[in-house]
Amino acid sequence: MREVIIIGSGPAGYTAGIYTARAGLNPLLIASSVEAGGELMKTTEVENYPGFPTGLQGPELMDAFRAQAERFGTEVLLDDVIEVDLTGEVKIVKTGGGQTFEAKTVILATGAAYRELGLPREKELSGHGVSWCATCDGFFFREKTIAVIGGGDSAMEEANFLTRFASKVYLIHRRDTFKASKIMQDRALANPKIEVIWNTEVAELLGETKLSGIITRNTVDGSTTQLDLDGLFIAVGNDPRVWLVENQVELTAEKFIKVEGRSSKTSLPGVFACGDVIDPTYRQAITAAGSGCVAALDAEHYLASVK
Amino acid sequence: MSAKSVTTASFQADVLSSGKPVLVDFWAEWCGPCRMVSPILDEISAEHGEKLTIVKVNVDEEPALAQQYGITSIPALQVFQNGEVVKSIVGAKPKPQLLADLSDFIN
Repeated sequence: MREVIIIGSGPAGYTAGIYTARAGLNPLLIASSVEAGGELMKTTEVENYPGFPTGLQGPELMDAFRAQAERFGTEVLLDDVIEVDLTGEVKIVKTGGGQTFEAKTVILATGAAYRELGLPREKELSGHGVSWCATCDGFFFREKTIAVIGGGDSAMEEANFLTRFASKVYLIHRRDTFKASKIMQDRALANPKIEVIWNTEVAELLGETKLSGIITRNTVDGSTTQLDLDGLFIAVGNDPRVWLVENQVELTAEKFIKVEGRSSKTSLPGVFACGDVIDPTYRQAITAAGSGCVAALDAEHYLASVK
Repeated sequence: MSAKSVTTASFQADVLSSGKPVLVDFWAEWCGPCRMVSPILDEISAEHGEKLTIVKVNVDEEPALAQQYGITSIPALQVFQNGEVVKSIVGAKPKPQLLADLSDFIN
């Protein structure tokens, strides 16, 4: 029986690992088999994480988080949690690799996954011209014409990044202003390879075995146009990964895991949540890390109180 | 990863002319998910090597091969049989899912 199992390996998960390990709780952190490290693994420069005045690469930052968690004794397992039962005093956690663990507390740090547009053939064309990861797939669009959908920091970053490869990047947003931070907006707007298309959404994906273009629809007057494209990068936000626990812990109206005030306490005793899976508003590495610490301290207090 | 690296020059012999199905793992150094999938493929190779050969192609070193087989996202696992692509798996998948996707070839 473990004292604590942490599910997730982004900044929230690893910070919870650091703190619970230092509290002598011998945490097991189940990191995911192929997605360990969370969203920052898909980004290049991270310039806004405090403590790094010259910035660093996302994967570098996550390597450092992991190393720090392991230094104090966090056991990191590269496997996927496929089922949990958190309703009893003993929490049960099952992995895809076939192991079953028991713990007194569980910290949920499963983060959020990229949102799809919800269009027909989107899944089919995924990996065949439709992508959610510029750093992963930009390489294959050298000298091509591509589009990025979105208006937040991720969309700005992806569009800028993709100009290293593509000859032309359309930045398509459904409103007439971006919600991205000013510095990211300015960079995108100043980039000569980026052409912004405002008040527009994607109505249809075109192409047989791979993407050949899209039909766009103007959100103001409803008019449609066809745009020939070799690639489409979708950056329209993330949905919290709650599928493991949605029938066990209470969720908010927006489908995030509900926590009490500024704590990490969920509706189940001994179950704590942190990171993007509880946060629809801020969703930064630093806010996730902060909440991971909160979860670790809440778990520690809980364990001391039930002894 | 311990799989053999295949090049344009060796593709015919190593992949197209093979009597067994061959899984070609298109990867790159800078591709994080590729590195995560690599140990899983090593395990699958160790467990099912007599039925399925697993080789790798570095897309930075062999861009012509990547382009020839329409690779636009990696990791991309292409299973060849009798010189043709008979199965395409794009994106990093956990081991249980890969085993299910490859069941036609390993069972």
